Amino acid sequence: MLTIDKLTKTYADGHQALRDCSFTVPGAQVVAVIGPSGAGKSTLIRCINRLVAPTRGHVHLGDTDLTAAGTAGLRDVRRRIGMIFQEFNLIERLTVMENVLAGRLATVSFLQAFLRRFPAGDIDRAFELLGRVGLDGYENSRADALSGGQRQRVGIARALMQEPELLLVDEPTSSLDPKVARSIMGLICELAGERRIPALINIHDVGLALGFAQRVIGLNGGRVVFDGAPEAVDEAVLTRIYGADEWRDAFRQEGGEDMLAAGGAAS
Amino acid sequence: MSVNHLENRSGSPGSGDSPIDSYRERWLRSALKVAAIVAVVLAACWESGVLNPVVLAEGLPALGALFADAIPPDFARWREWIVPLYDTLIMSIAGTAFAVVFSVPIAFLAAENTSPHRLVYHASRTVLNALRAVPELIMGIIFVAAVGFGVLPGVLAVGLHSIGMVGKFYAEAIEHVDDAPVEATRAAGCSGLQTVCFGIFPQVLPQFADVSIYRWEYNFRASTVMGMVGAGGIGFELMSALKVMDYQQGMAVMLVVLVMVTIVDSISGVIRRRFK
Repeated sequence: MLTIDKLTKTYADGHQALRDCSFTVPGAQVVAVIGPSGAGKSTLIRCINRLVAPTRGHVHLGDTDLTAAGTAGLRDVRRRIGMIFQEFNLIERLTVMENVLAGRLATVSFLQAFLRRFPAGDIDRAFELLGRVGLDGYENSRADALSGGQRQRVGIARALMQEPELLLVDEPTSSLDPKVARSIMGLICELAGERRIPALINIHDVGLALGFAQRVIGLNGGRVVFDGAPEAVDEAVLTRIYGADEWRDAFRQEGGEDMLAAGGAAS
Repeated sequence: MSVNHLENRSGSPGSGDSPIDSYRERWLRSALKVAAIVAVVLAACWESGVLNPVVLAEGLPALGALFADAIPPDFARWREWIVPLYDTLIMSIAGTAFAVVFSVPIAFLAAENTSPHRLVYHASRTVLNALRAVPELIMGIIFVAAVGFGVLPGVLAVGLHSIGMVGKFYAEAIEHVDDAPVEATRAAGCSGLQTVCFGIFPQVLPQFADVSIYRWEYNFRASTVMGMVGAGGIGFELMSALKVMDYQQGMAVMLVVLVMVTIVDSISGVIRRRFK
């Protein structure tokens, strides 16, 4: 269970990215975080695993208080959190297999990692994950030889390689074309569901958010302005999150408006 | 042109009475700067005698006479040069290896994004600058005094001087890495050292290899003169021939060095292309 309590981030330049954000993700649940750019989505996700240091507030993963963890404690808890990035963040010159095994780096000794002597179980699991994300036979390709969608599949396999208790996903589809974006979003939600891993997904594409998430959190100006089921997201809610007029731009994907119409009718 | 550009950006508008006046004023200022540089260059040439027709008139024919004395080159002692040439080659390889081994850790301390502290950063940069400032021939003299004649002082001199440039180029490569994989390794719970080794090192490896091999090529050329100060290699043979005014033999040694340098340059070129 992930508990976020009054999380606040003020950057050195005085910009308030997060203001008193509080919510709880109980058990396996796919949560989409939506909001206009600059709403604090990326800061929220990075404050959870402390890639960005929060100014105030608390983050608990299970019984661990992340905000209070020391250097070693923080490394331990980061191992329990898988992260998927907008720009994939792969090590371009290494192979797909080495990138996937990078998810296990923190669990092996430095020398083992240097000599690429990962436990046989890890390697078996890496192959299995590569198959699961649809990259059978790509293990020896260099990451920079893959397409955007394939790279994100490597990113997903790397995050799952950690056997995480939580997935933090930052704009997984923004660097991809709409069709690939849809299949990547589908894959992340499917894997999170079958492995019972809660996932927090930043996504600016409202159509994808409503189509795949079980719960939607809306951010505006660093505040949580909506927290509820996708079916409850209607024009009024979107106006609250994005401001009048702005929200229609958030529908990048074809068919996004239809989905909203369907969701709106259900509520 | 570029001077004008800079001034356009930083200069206060309306420094002249009209747009045309300010434009002329700016042109005049850049013309003055160019004139100042030309004056310094001319003064240096005059003072050093490059522009002195009397000295040049005497020097050029003497140079021609020296050259005539060196023809034809005398390769009779070629067997004696094999060992010094071999020494020169191993000096350049060992010196470069020495430089690489010490440059890698210093570079991580001298790169802004991996240095543990500002003080460490400035200290390592200062060390690199100091090593670059002392020419390898001077270091050669010092090391010959310290460890005696032979190849070893040459290796130390070439290696130590190389750290200054190799370390600086490595550090610049580290500063230009893509942060994204670094963020990913940190997010997966890796320690600082693991992040450096798996997030940064694979990214900078091609540049490291490129700089090192280029430096080996440079060091081979530097190693050919180390013998002049007693630090081993073919330079000693050249020095001996010139000392007894055996210019034919001196010319032969220089031709052999030229051939070797060309071979090393092309080997280095082939290896560096492979790393692209």
